[in-house]
Amino acid sequence: MNRKTLIALLIAAMAVVLFPLYESYQGSEALSEVGQYYADNGVEDTGAQNLVTSVVVTYRGLDTLGEVTILFLAASIISFFLSFSKEERIENRQVRSITEILTTSAQILVPMIYMFGVYIFVNGHLTPGGGFQGGAVIASGTLLMFLSNPNFKLNHKIIHFVESTSGLVFVLIGVVGAMMMDGGFLSNKIAGYGFGQVGSILSAGAIPVIYTFLGLKVGTELSNVLGIYVESQNEK
Amino acid sequence: MEYVIMTTGFALTISGLYGLLSQKNMIKMILGFTIFTTGINIVTVAIGYIKGGTAPILDDAGKAVGKYVDPVPQALVLTSIVIGLGVTALMLAYVMKLYKDKKSLNINDYKDLKW
Repeated sequence: MNRKTLIALLIAAMAVVLFPLYESYQGSEALSEVGQYYADNGVEDTGAQNLVTSVVVTYRGLDTLGEVTILFLAASIISFFLSFSKEERIENRQVRSITEILTTSAQILVPMIYMFGVYIFVNGHLTPGGGFQGGAVIASGTLLMFLSNPNFKLNHKIIHFVESTSGLVFVLIGVVGAMMMDGGFLSNKIAGYGFGQVGSILSAGAIPVIYTFLGLKVGTELSNVLGIYVESQNEK
Repeated sequence: MEYVIMTTGFALTISGLYGLLSQKNMIKMILGFTIFTTGINIVTVAIGYIKGGTAPILDDAGKAVGKYVDPVPQALVLTSIVIGLGVTALMLAYVMKLYKDKKSLNINDYKDLKW
């Protein structure tokens, strides 16, 4: 039995496993029980207009904390793995020339992309979006910066400061929620206070705060990973 | 409509798995892996589809307008996308290090763990 037949057999087996799921699938008419609960009580419980945000940040906030931890772990392993000492460094690595169009458009676009990322995570409780999406947009701005100037250096002090502070603030908000707010760890309900006007920026309790710090953390973390990738090309 | 999304998701899953198994180039294998995870994410979102539903965002008064699709699979997929991104970045870092070591992207050149 050669390799191609084996692959074909595996693919066929996978198709056989997946086919019942495909065949029995039909678009449902009503929400599942859990989804219905979130749709009915989401605004009273969290004050957020965007139900996905209320699920991600409040109802399943602990999972999001774990998710941030996984991302942090991945970034730490990458920086550990691709690190090298000063003696192995090539100074002034030769890079292909960058066109004028790319450098000029990067100068105009990068601030706008950053601003758009901030907009996405600040409005995470109102419109589609949130910390992770906004952070990814910010990192794409950094990617454009690296494309237009491969010798561009990130300020590691600022990056590490923002990253670790935001992560710490996220956990601290959770602890504050457990101690001062009614509802336990990562709850966003401050006892005795409402959530504010539904639909305004300053509403939904702790969700905008958490999403802002999450956006900063994810944005700096992914930018840092990109920076490490670019930096590792300077190794001999 | 939901069948189109479901079919796309399964097609991507199968083709991603095929790419992962058949390619020798490690970068192409990572591409196959990302296509595979994208397919699974699309299938998960399609499972939460409600006929005639829109995005699960309430109106300004905090009231439901019409029908919504299920927010739970969407939140799950959000988590899954972020973790998939972390795993992909990690795999790319490994490939970069391996390439630096042996100057080859072909998976057959790495026999250290073969017995």
